[in-house]
Amino acid sequence: MADENQLDAKDEVAELAPFDPTKKKKKKKVTIQDTEDDSVDKLAEKTENLSVSEGLESTFAGLKKKKKKPVETSILNEDTGDAGEDLDDHAGEDDKGDGLVPEHRYPWEGSDRDYEYEELLGRVFNILRENNPELAGDRRRTVMRPPQVLREGTKKTVFVNFMDLCKTMHRQPDHVMTFLLAELGTSGSLDGQQRLVVKGRFAPKNFEGILRRYVNEYVICLGCKSPDTILSKENRLFFLRCEKCGSGRSVAPIKAGFVARVGRRNAGT
Amino acid sequence: MSDLDIQIPTAFDPFADAKAEDSGAGSKEYVHIRIQQRNGRKSLTTVQGLKKEFSYNKILKDLKKEFCCNGTVVQDPELGQVIQLQGDQRKNVSTFLVQAGIVKKEHIKIHGF
Repeated sequence: MADENQLDAKDEVAELAPFDPTKKKKKKKVTIQDTEDDSVDKLAEKTENLSVSEGLESTFAGLKKKKKKPVETSILNEDTGDAGEDLDDHAGEDDKGDGLVPEHRYPWEGSDRDYEYEELLGRVFNILRENNPELAGDRRRTVMRPPQVLREGTKKTVFVNFMDLCKTMHRQPDHVMTFLLAELGTSGSLDGQQRLVVKGRFAPKNFEGILRRYVNEYVICLGCKSPDTILSKENRLFFLRCEKCGSGRSVAPIKAGFVARVGRRNAGT
Repeated sequence: MSDLDIQIPTAFDPFADAKAEDSGAGSKEYVHIRIQQRNGRKSLTTVQGLKKEFSYNKILKDLKKEFCCNGTVVQDPELGQVIQLQGDQRKNVSTFLVQAGIVKKEHIKIHGF
């Protein structure tokens, strides 16, 4: 009996098990069919839409040509920073010149209104960008790689790409090192592979912040913001001269300031 | 006429502005707030360059009370008196000094990372 019962149960289970999936499958199939139907419907709708839109485009063929050019100008204009006004201008233009010649380069063409400042500014910048793009103001940002920092033991930090960063900044490693050590308030030195070993535990973020300050103070030209500068020493004073614009300024010498005595003190001496 | 010619240069003192500023807030004299690492995650904050007229001990007392930390006034042979505080109190010290009207915000330099 027990065996029979078990068998029965197994049978039931066996029956049940395949029974459910079939149901599910059926359901799935139904749903799939539904979706297919839907998609077909949608496709039909889409085609309808497409035809409609095509019709629209065919009716406004002249407008489409004109629309392209203002978009171009707006893309070029994006640095001047008033996309909203541009859009407004174009909309106005579309309203005005439906049957006019599609050769519209500037928004004021085809109408005898006064030029607006923004439009003229955009035009100047476009011309400047076409002819000599390096003057147009979108200067290439100098990218400095983030400092790579290793831990040497538990108490020392190694600044691996110190030399690379010095080279990208065009500064003497000595100068950068004194600045870093003064700001960190510790001592350190260059090791055999020209890496900077600093006493104390520091995160890469700390170095980054200090380097940022160093660049602001000793590298960037205040006049034109270019990092293309030369630091020279003239009778004990440091002067920064910009290679781009030729301006110069004096920079403060690095002072370590007060460094408190930390650590064990020798009892005897 | 000759009198006037002589008088005009003497009347103008080119250093008047600089002197006035110096007496006012210490134009070039920055207050440096530094941090120094100690063993472990402990650190030390030093405040250097406060004007000599202030009573360092009184300022220190208030700082200690405000930030709940200990501190001392250290006499340095070159830099004069320096306030030392336990822990990283750079932000606290600068806001305190500005709020108490001891230093202007432009004359505070926070060093360290």
